[in-house]
Amino acid sequence: MVVLILLIGFVVTFPLYSGVFPTRVLTYMLMCAVLAVSWTMFSGATGYMSLAPAAFFGIGVYSMYLLQYYLPFPVIMVVGGLISFVLALLLGLVTLRLKGIYFTIFSFGLFVFIGNAVNYVEAEVFGRHGWVFPLLDPAIPLYTMLGLAVVTVVAIHFIRRSRLGLAMLSIGGNEEAAEHMGINTTRIKVLTFAISAVFMGAAGVVTAPSFIYSNAGIAFSSTYSFIPIVAAVFGGMGTLSGPVVGGLLFGFLQKTLQARFQTYFMLGFGVIIVLVILFLPTGVAGLVPMLRDRLRRGSKSGKGGEAEQYANT
Amino acid sequence: MPILEGRGVTKYFGGLAAVSNVDFHVDQGEILGLIGPNGAGKTTLFNLISAASPISSGEIRFKGQKLNGLKPHQICRMGIARTFQETKVFANMPVLQNALVGAFFGSQGRVSTADAAREASQALEFVGLSAMTNAPINDLTLVSQKRVEVARALATKPELLLLDELMAGLNAAEVGEAMELVTRIRDRGITIVMVEHVMKAIMGISGRVMVLHHGEKIAEGTCNEISCNRTVIDVYLGEEAHAGS
Amino acid sequence: MLLAENLLGLIVLGVMGGTIYGLLAMGLSLQYGVCRVLNITHGEFAMLAAVLTFAFSQLGINPLLAPVIIGPILFGLGFLLQTTLFKAIKARAPSPGAFEGNALLAAFGVMYVIMYLARLKWGSVALPSQYLVNSVAYIGFAGIPLNLIIIFAIAVALGIAVNVFLTRSRLGRAIRATGEDSATAELMGVNTNTILAFCFGLGALLAAVAGTLISIRTPIDTGIGFNNTVIALIVVTLGGLGSIPGGFIAGMIIGVVSNLVTFLWEPVLAVPVYYAMLMVLLLARPSGIFGKK
Repeated sequence: MVVLILLIGFVVTFPLYSGVFPTRVLTYMLMCAVLAVSWTMFSGATGYMSLAPAAFFGIGVYSMYLLQYYLPFPVIMVVGGLISFVLALLLGLVTLRLKGIYFTIFSFGLFVFIGNAVNYVEAEVFGRHGWVFPLLDPAIPLYTMLGLAVVTVVAIHFIRRSRLGLAMLSIGGNEEAAEHMGINTTRIKVLTFAISAVFMGAAGVVTAPSFIYSNAGIAFSSTYSFIPIVAAVFGGMGTLSGPVVGGLLFGFLQKTLQARFQTYFMLGFGVIIVLVILFLPTGVAGLVPMLRDRLRRGSKSGKGGEAEQYANT
Repeated sequence: MPILEGRGVTKYFGGLAAVSNVDFHVDQGEILGLIGPNGAGKTTLFNLISAASPISSGEIRFKGQKLNGLKPHQICRMGIARTFQETKVFANMPVLQNALVGAFFGSQGRVSTADAAREASQALEFVGLSAMTNAPINDLTLVSQKRVEVARALATKPELLLLDELMAGLNAAEVGEAMELVTRIRDRGITIVMVEHVMKAIMGISGRVMVLHHGEKIAEGTCNEISCNRTVIDVYLGEEAHAGS
Repeated sequence: MLLAENLLGLIVLGVMGGTIYGLLAMGLSLQYGVCRVLNITHGEFAMLAAVLTFAFSQLGINPLLAPVIIGPILFGLGFLLQTTLFKAIKARAPSPGAFEGNALLAAFGVMYVIMYLARLKWGSVALPSQYLVNSVAYIGFAGIPLNLIIIFAIAVALGIAVNVFLTRSRLGRAIRATGEDSATAELMGVNTNTILAFCFGLGALLAAVAGTLISIRTPIDTGIGFNNTVIALIVVTLGGLGSIPGGFIAGMIIGVVSNLVTFLWEPVLAVPVYYAMLMVLLLARPSGIFGKK
């Protein structure tokens, strides 16, 4: 708890003694954490792999572009989140009542679909190709992103412990059994997916000003689907802290190495995700229980011990 | 009145009828045994009742209400619970959580956290797993995992419980314990239909028995009637006698 | 009179060009249907073939001959991927559902690896790879680009060949058995490991040929993989996830839609249109046009 307060204090005071670029890096790190955590909220729990984060992120970015002069910042965040929610709801309603593979396929195509559609509308209707942002004091996105990150983590923490969280976990455990225990699996899946999209959309809204220049290709870039997934898989899809740490780490790596080693490091991320899936599917966060299990199994003396161990828990 | 009734129940997979024009009824408070060789359609029939699979034709009524077109979660909430042939516990959560899922979502209306926790603990106690409430599922033996499935189903407060090969893979002593558990469940007022291959269990605790073969019902009656039935003996029990059950 | 100038012409040209998507879809369908891997690196294989075709053409090798070399290479790569990566993932996965999820994520990673390795070698500039650009063949009064005719011929021939192979040959039967129920197939004496690797390789081979054919028609670069993967996914789903011939036919349908949208509306909107079409179709008929439930 104290550590947490210290960390937050660190972040809050960061802009005071760091330059523009480090502040931007920190903001980006927090953004990756938000995306990774919200992705895990649905895909980690239910096992349905969504490749859609970039779609909702892009929607958030564009919400910011279009509304930046008309509405205050927090309201735009809500709007971005809401549009993402509705879109996720629609996608979910169509695809989540079918086998998981359809959902994955559609989520993959979603950001391509929206990106292209937005690009077209932007060019035809607005006659523009991309937007320029006025320069903002980098502390503002940092604080907002910090706020969003805190809200996201807290919200997802409570969701995980709620009935909804239990239902999602059951679906991930065995969907057929979950359905037979009274859980309307389609409704739960759609709802969870839509909620996770809200945070992604909000993250897009907050990140938008840092772009200075952006267009549909940048806003809807596949990177915003890829990085959170690598981060979450690496950190551990079954936990809350795993994706947070993963997001911070990979956000940091991407921002610091991107300029010089763009190609190599994306390649590296690809290799990392393959290695993690192969050797450590529960992620880094899964290492701790795994080690604990190994140690425990070493000292277990036989079947009689099975019941005894839990007598006092 | 029968708590569960089926009329002309049929299920096609491609061109094959897995269940063919089966009429059946289950009386309140009884234990109905459902037997037949492998592939006879027993689990398919369960799947039709629990709506895991849509029925091709015919109808099934629970307490007079038609089940056609309903989804599994609705069927559960109406009061039908089941276990599965391949044990489908939630391996990603501890034992208590498994039962909690049943308690929270399985009954009509909203259940408070306190009530659900109580239901879950009671269910676990009923099946004899109180000592393992916080154990991760993977630590449990198959027998115990099957009991978790039963506890989870019981936590949904069912009036009808479908048990799919509860005794598969159990040794003689464990079969005896399982038989005792099933009887205790019936004594609580829950009607039971059990699919089994273990004849001792079926004959020991069922009131009536129904026999399926190639998707059709070939016999129905008390244990005595069934064990004397020529057709059944030829088709099924004969093989059992040779194999030595 | 060039065929591209009227509606019927657009449709015919679309059918012909769509056979490329058909090949892509067939390959993906094989990989998912048998190996249960949703191979999202599929487009990257096509990209590799396209780029290699270009590289070979720089060395003086006729692009139409390139698949003879590139095909086996990429077949081998696909074979290898299945025997090493996906087999290992399958062995460690606690359930088939978990396997599919993990395989997908792994494929996601491999996609980036291939994409960026290619980018390291060839950069991201468009490569002028077209072949026979200015040749037009005349059938009656209609003029069809010669390279398109060649593409159509090759793709249809390959498509039919693969289909016949799968339905008539002994190996084809073993493949279909493995796809339906690999446990039973194994019990019946089928070496499922080899079959899985073979299928993945065959899928990669189809992607490779598709890639070469693409490079003949349009300029290519190391970034085309992704878009082609998206299109392949849409086509496969449209045709029905279990159906290999369905994938081919759906490819031709998408080819027609592509032409119609490109010439009558706006090229950028092609993919969004397919996607929307697919969404609508899924509402009505989840198994796709030719799919089994």
